[in-house]
Amino acid sequence: MKEDILTTQDLHLYYGDKEALKGINLDFDEKGITALIGPSGCGKSTYLRTLNRMNDLIPNVTITGTIKFKGNDLYAPSADTVQIRKEIGMVFQQPNPFPFSIYDNVIYGLRIAGEKDKERLDAVVEKSLRQAAVWDEVKDHLHESALALSGGQQQRVCIARVLAVSPEIILLDEPTSALDPVSSSQIEATLLNLRHDYTIIIVTHNLQQASRIADRTAFFMNGELIEVDQTKNIFMNPANKQTEDYISGRFG
Amino acid sequence: MNSKTQNKVAIGSLYGIAGLVVLILLALLGYILVSGVPQLSWHFLTAPGKAFLKGGGVGIQLFNSFYLLILAMLISFPIALGAAIYLYEYAKDNWLTTTIRTAIEILSSLPSVVVGLFGFLFFVVKLHLGFSILSGAFALTFFNLPLLTRSIEDSLRTVSDVQREGGLALGLSRWETVTRVILPAAVPSILTGVILSAGRVFGEAAALIYTAGQSAPALNFTDWNPFNISSPLNPMRPAETLAVHIWKINSEGIMPDAKAISSGSSAVLVIAILLFNFAARYLGKRLYKRLTSA
Repeated sequence: MKEDILTTQDLHLYYGDKEALKGINLDFDEKGITALIGPSGCGKSTYLRTLNRMNDLIPNVTITGTIKFKGNDLYAPSADTVQIRKEIGMVFQQPNPFPFSIYDNVIYGLRIAGEKDKERLDAVVEKSLRQAAVWDEVKDHLHESALALSGGQQQRVCIARVLAVSPEIILLDEPTSALDPVSSSQIEATLLNLRHDYTIIIVTHNLQQASRIADRTAFFMNGELIEVDQTKNIFMNPANKQTEDYISGRFG
Repeated sequence: MNSKTQNKVAIGSLYGIAGLVVLILLALLGYILVSGVPQLSWHFLTAPGKAFLKGGGVGIQLFNSFYLLILAMLISFPIALGAAIYLYEYAKDNWLTTTIRTAIEILSSLPSVVVGLFGFLFFVVKLHLGFSILSGAFALTFFNLPLLTRSIEDSLRTVSDVQREGGLALGLSRWETVTRVILPAAVPSILTGVILSAGRVFGEAAALIYTAGQSAPALNFTDWNPFNISSPLNPMRPAETLAVHIWKINSEGIMPDAKAISSGSSAVLVIAILLFNFAARYLGKRLYKRLTSA
């Protein structure tokens, strides 16, 4: 059996008094893609953002329960959020390249970490952009601003930027919902390439997308995890009535 | 009246009001420039003033204005930057930050003559700095600090939160995110704010009358040792600026060509401030372009 890289036990999250996550138990083993689906406001994005402690930025959030990354408690007092976010990278709904060149965007994390060797940086830029399947489109203007790219290219540069710091887990929060269908399918192809090397957790509104790319799918509703299984089972033969209703489009 | 006519009337009166504002502005600028520009010459811009005779210039005042401006900016910019970063990027909403914000609001609406009198009592008298460039620069710092802090805070606000999340999610610390992502992205807007506030500082008179003084002792422009009393760089000498000069010759000028000198000085002041504004726009746009589409 493969080892779980990330485990969640009895995770509750409150915005002030409102309970947004009501005791989530969910484990992820290494590599592969897990999709988190569910109606708007079901807590799937909130859950994703607890995994690299991005919810820390929101005032008035209380979190109880345990999240362990390779056995280490992410919320232990000694946990280093900076280190956590290096190992658990994140791509957002809105492509958010920094207002610098493509090259600088990709190596930003490394450069700030102190890497100066030009050859190594060049190599990382090429490797990351290739992995993100955007190298051929941008290789001739690496030193132009990333903001001049199309939305889909920007999003893949953002993926490359995450890959450049060599994370083990990549979280994606509806990465294609702001993109056109062509760009979306390019991102999907990119993710399918990456699934052998990284543990990928993706929140998506798009059920077809989940069924196309995910190995495993988790269905959330009203702050609870209703069902998690192989994607095939979730879509063809869900165990839970609510899942079936949602999948078949009866609500949400 | 039907809604179409209403709409037309509304648009018409808005055009009228906007036109009136532009007209007043143009008339003012036109008057100052038409009466002032003919007085301008190289001699006028460089020669020292004369108290009783005609033919004096504003060279020393012009230099003082710039020197004071630079000193005031050197003091106030780092403080304002630090305050703005703290307030916008770090501070939580609590009684302390509310107090700071209120203090900044009040400080920014303080009449500049009050700032000047405070500067006189505190820097000139209490700290024994005398009527000096340093006293003036400190007074200008008090005058400028709230405006600059708010303008830098606004600049930071223009950088979208997704950039902050992007930086943090990449494993940058908050400080690295601020200094390496947010600040570079905000530079064009910060620069514009700095230059615009420089324009206000440049034209400020009331805060300086009692702090930098109203006299412009002769300067020796070959002596750049800041410790010599006649050196232009000496921060402890009294230094009348251009704006103060205009106020002074209009209230007690006894040189025969006082009117001409006042008009000329006003024109210089207005042109300098116009240049500041254009420079701010130009540089801001250029930098933004360089940052966004290289």
